[in-house]
Amino acid sequence: MSAANGPNAEGIAEGTAAPPPIPGTVETPPAGGDDRGRGILKSIATGSSLVAILAVVLSIILGGILIALTDEDVAAASSYFFSRPGDTLGAAWAAASGAYAALFQGAVFNPRADSLALMFRPLTETLTVATPLILAGLGVAVAFRAGLFNIGAQGQIILGAMFAGWIGFSWHLPFGLHLVFVVLAGFVGGALWGFIPGILKARTGAHEVIVTIMLNYIAIYLVGFLLTTPSFQNPGSSNPISPRLDETAVFPQILGPQFRLHLGFLIAIAATYGVWWLLNRSTVGFELRAVGANPFAARTAGISVTKGYVVVMMLAGGLAGLAGVAQVAGTERVLTSGIAASFGFDAITVALLGRSHPWGVFFAGVLFGAFRAGGVQMQTLTGTPIDIVLVVQSLIVLFIAAPPLVKAIFGIERKKKPRKASRAKATVSGGAA
Amino acid sequence: MSIAATVTDPGVTGSSVKSWKAPIGFGFGALLALFVFAIGGPATTAVFRVSDDSDRFRLADIALPANVVGWVVALALIAIAVYSFLQIRRGDRINRWAGIAYAVLFVVGFLTWVVGIADRPSISLAGLVAGSVTLAIPLIFGSLSGVLCERVGVVNIAIEGQLLSGAFAAAVAASISGSAYVGLLAAAFAGVLVSLILAIFSIKYLVNQIIVGVVLNVLVSGLTGFLASTLLSRDSATFNSPPGLPEVRIPLLADIPVIGPILFQQTIVGYLMYVAVIVIWLGLFRTRWGLRVRAVGEHPQAADTMGIKVNATRFWNVLLGGAVAGFGGAFFTLVSVSTFTRDMTAGQGYIALAALIFGRWNPIGAFFAALLFGFATNLRFVLSIIGTDVPSQFLAMLPYIVTILAVAGLVGRSRPPAAGGIPYVKE
Repeated sequence: MSAANGPNAEGIAEGTAAPPPIPGTVETPPAGGDDRGRGILKSIATGSSLVAILAVVLSIILGGILIALTDEDVAAASSYFFSRPGDTLGAAWAAASGAYAALFQGAVFNPRADSLALMFRPLTETLTVATPLILAGLGVAVAFRAGLFNIGAQGQIILGAMFAGWIGFSWHLPFGLHLVFVVLAGFVGGALWGFIPGILKARTGAHEVIVTIMLNYIAIYLVGFLLTTPSFQNPGSSNPISPRLDETAVFPQILGPQFRLHLGFLIAIAATYGVWWLLNRSTVGFELRAVGANPFAARTAGISVTKGYVVVMMLAGGLAGLAGVAQVAGTERVLTSGIAASFGFDAITVALLGRSHPWGVFFAGVLFGAFRAGGVQMQTLTGTPIDIVLVVQSLIVLFIAAPPLVKAIFGIERKKKPRKASRAKATVSGGAA
Repeated sequence: MSIAATVTDPGVTGSSVKSWKAPIGFGFGALLALFVFAIGGPATTAVFRVSDDSDRFRLADIALPANVVGWVVALALIAIAVYSFLQIRRGDRINRWAGIAYAVLFVVGFLTWVVGIADRPSISLAGLVAGSVTLAIPLIFGSLSGVLCERVGVVNIAIEGQLLSGAFAAAVAASISGSAYVGLLAAAFAGVLVSLILAIFSIKYLVNQIIVGVVLNVLVSGLTGFLASTLLSRDSATFNSPPGLPEVRIPLLADIPVIGPILFQQTIVGYLMYVAVIVIWLGLFRTRWGLRVRAVGEHPQAADTMGIKVNATRFWNVLLGGAVAGFGGAFFTLVSVSTFTRDMTAGQGYIALAALIFGRWNPIGAFFAALLFGFATNLRFVLSIIGTDVPSQFLAMLPYIVTILAVAGLVGRSRPPAAGGIPYVKE
C-alpha cells in the first residue's frame, strides 16, 4: 500500500486526521475508519472486538439450542426427561454439535477426503461463496459511509449479471479482452441501478431505502422478462435460462479445475483494498465520509452533497454489479432469474457485521460464506435445515449492534465511565444517519 | 431521518416556490395515454361484467369501445395537464380534485386498453374489485402497523417479519387448538414479539431502527423457515393444518352489486381490517392519545417538556403496531391458503411499507394505496386468464414503478414524521 499511495495521498490522509471544516464529525469511531493499525488497537482496547467475538459465540449457542429443541432424538429422549435427564441433554448435545461439525466440515476442512488438497476443498468453496458477498457487502458498506442505506444490492447484482452475461454470451471477442468487457459491463449495469436512487435522493429527496427496495423487484421482473426474449433466452430452450457464456468470457479457476474458486475472489480482494484506499486516502472518499457524517456541515464546507449521493450510489451499485459478474462469469456461467440468490440481502448483514470497514466487510463476507457453504453440507449430512444459518447470522448482527446487551449477558462490567449512550450513538452513526 | 422524502435534505435543490414536477408528470402521462390508449387503442369492445349469473340482482354489463374511450381519456388527461400547468404558472397550487380526476381517468383508460387488447376482451368487474380487496388485506394491516410505529418516530422496516411471524403463529396455534380464532390471537402475539425486539433494540439500546428492521426480517424468515422444515414438515397434521376462517355473509347487503361482496361478505379478518383503518384514523387524529403520539413523532423534545413519556409512548405504540401486523399475517394461513410455507409473505411487508408512504402516513391514505397495489396484483391474474400480449412482468412491475414516482414527489410531496428514525435520549 505504500507505493500506491505516494506522498500526495499521505498529505490527504493527514487532512483527514485534522479536518478544519468539520471538526470532530468524521472522527467518530465506527464511521471514521482512521488509521487501520491504530484502529484495531483502539477497538481491542475499547472491547468492541471482544463484543464481536462474544456476539458470534452467543449466536452460535442460541442456534445450537434451536437445533437441539427441534431434534427428533431430543424430543424422544425428553419424554422420559425426569427419569433420565442425561439422555435428553446428551441427545441435545449430539444434535447441536453434529450439525455444527458438519457445518465446519463443509466450510473449512474435510478430514475424510481422499487427498490433502481435497481436504481443503471446503475452504475454497467458502471463498467462492464469499466472493459475491464481499463485493456486494462493500457496495452496501460504501453507501453506509456516505449515510445512505442501500437495500438495493439484490437488484444491482441482477443488473450487473444481466449486463455481464449478455456481453458474455452474445459478443464473441478474443481471450482477455472479452473478460475485461464482461467485468466492465457488470460494473456499469450495477452502477446504473445505483444511479437511479442516487439521483432521486439528490434531486427530489426520495428516500433511498424505498427506491432501492422497489428497484429490487423491478430488476427481478426485468430479468425474468428478458429471459423470455430471443436475445437472452437459450435457443431451443423453453426455460428462462440464457445460453452459456463463452469460454473467453468466464473467470479462470485459479486453483485448477477441481476447485470452483475463480478469479473473482482476487477481484474481491482488490476491490476491498480499492475501497479502503478510496475511503481513507482519497479526496473523494473524504468527501463521501463527510457527507455521511453530517450533510449540512459538508455542504457548508463546499462539498457537493448532490454529487456525493450520486457518486456513492453508483459506486455501491457498481460493486454489487461486480458481485453479479462473479456469479454469472464465475460460479454459474449462465444467466438465470435466480442468479443473485439472496446475496444482495445477505450483503446487508455482511456490511453491518463488518461495521462498514472494507476489511471488516471482507472478513464478515468470508465468515458468512463459510456459514453458507457449510450450511449446504450440514443440510445434506444431518438434515438440519440451512435456515439455521440465517438465524445465526441475524443474531450475530443484532448482538453486535447492541454491545451493552452482550456485555450484560456475559456479565462484563463496564469498568470505565458509563458511556452507554455515546457508544450506542456511535453504533447509530455506523449505519444510515 | 425517516423513510421517504426529507424536506430539509441538503441535497435537495428544489427550493423554488413553483414546483413543475406535477404538470410535467401529468404531461408525460397524458402523452403516454395519447400514444398507447388512443392511437394504439384496439378497435374492440372491452366488456366489464358487473354481475355474475348467480347474483340476486343483475345489472347490465358495461361495454366500452376501446379506441373511443382511449381518445376521450387521452384528451381529458391533456386538458388536465394543461390546466395544472396554467395553475402553477399563476403561482397557485394544483387543485386536489384535478389530481384525483387524473388518476381515475388514467386507470379507466388503462383498464379499457388492456382489456381491449386481450384475446377475450371481457372481465368481471365484481371479481376484479373483490380480488383486489382480498389481496390488499395483509398490505393494509401491514401499513397500519407502519403508521402506528412511524407516527411515533420509530421506522418499522420489520413489517415483513411481523406478517410472516403472524402467518406462522396463526398456522401452528390454529392447528394445535383446532380453532382459527386461537390462531388469530397467536398471530397478534407473534407480531408483538417481533415488535418487542424492535422496540428494545431501537429504544433501549439505540440501535439504528432500519438496521434492526432489516435484521429482524432475516431472523424471522430464518426462524420460521427452520421450524417449517423441521417441526411442521415432520408432523404437518398436528402443526400445519389450520382450519380456515369462515366467510361471514350479511344477508341482502352482500347482494349489492360490486361493493356488496367487498363490504359484507368477508372473513372476520376482512371486517376487522375496515374497523382497524377507521379506529386508527380516529385515534390518531381525533383523540388525546393520537395528539400525544403525533407529538412524540414530530417533536419529542417538546412532547417531553409537556410531560409525555416519549420512550414509553414509543414502546407501546411499536408493540401495538406489531399486534396489528401480526393479525394481518394470519390472513395468509387462515384465509388465503391453509398451510404455512416458508417465506410465504413474499415481500408483501415491503409493499405495505410503500403503501404507507404512498398514503402519506395516514391510515386512510395507506388503505387506498394498499388497494391500488392489491388491484395491480389482481389485474395481473385476471389478465393472464383472459390472455393478453402485455408481458406479465411489466404488469408486475407497475406498482413498484408507481411507488418510485410517488416517493420522488411526482404524486405530491409526502412528508414523514419529523423525528422518525431518531432515538430519543433525554438530556
